[in-house]
Amino acid sequence: MIPLSWYLLLSAALFAVGLYGVLARRNAIAILMGVELMLNAVNINLIAFWRYLTPDRSVGLVWATFVLTVAAAEAAVGLALVISVYRNRDSVIAEELDTMKN
Amino acid sequence: MSQQIIFFILAAVILTSAIAVVTLRNLFHAALALMVSFLGVAGIYILLEAAFLGMAQLLVYIGAISILIIFAIMMTRRLMQTSESPFNAQAIAALIGSLIVLVIMAVVVARLYPLTPSTDSMFASATTVDPVILESSVARMGRAFVSADAYVLPFEIASVLLLAALVGSIIIAWPRSGEEDNL
Repeated sequence: MIPLSWYLLLSAALFAVGLYGVLARRNAIAILMGVELMLNAVNINLIAFWRYLTPDRSVGLVWATFVLTVAAAEAAVGLALVISVYRNRDSVIAEELDTMKN
Repeated sequence: MSQQIIFFILAAVILTSAIAVVTLRNLFHAALALMVSFLGVAGIYILLEAAFLGMAQLLVYIGAISILIIFAIMMTRRLMQTSESPFNAQAIAALIGSLIVLVIMAVVVARLYPLTPSTDSMFASATTVDPVILESSVARMGRAFVSADAYVLPFEIASVLLLAALVGSIIIAWPRSGEEDNL
């Protein structure tokens, strides 16, 4: 007996927390962690709508699986970039990566 | 009723650890909180009767992505000093912006869907589905992934994407020649 809106509100709150992490943190790895939180919020939404609207079809599960796949690829490439940047510039602070500024 | 209690416990765990992820000074502690948050989300999937997604969440997020993040934190360990602020200059504006986004989404949800549990509509409580349908959902998903009139093309593209990400991250993180001594 859980209404759909509770899942949506939880997901909205998780998304907002992740958004804050992305916008406010200085460390590039912390920004990536915020992105992962946001992707998780999206997935909660997808699964909740699947369960309440179309539990007899597979479209919600399939899409959530694709989100999971893309999140894994994104994390791998993102962290490789962070390590590469750290090696070249000795810093993972996002504000100090301003080579392309001006 | 017991489902509601479980939901509130999971929601509290998820949100507390998510707030810890974005506020903790020590990045390593933040990564551990992130794992707890992923675990809570896996619990939500199981509460929504999507057991396969719950297991995939455990394997992919807790087993792989969290470990990857912890590795990256350890490789950039020298920058983990906790003296300076973990937030940039726009932290307050970011907080206000996130709160505005949250309020907008909450208002939209509250206007579209009933907030209290009841049996009146399908949105107020999940319709009881024949357990056979839910049990066969993984089999149906597997067939949908490989049948030509469903998702076989996105499925193959996802494989190519994973391969490209694998090769790409190795190339990006590979030390350039002559740099190996600094590692």
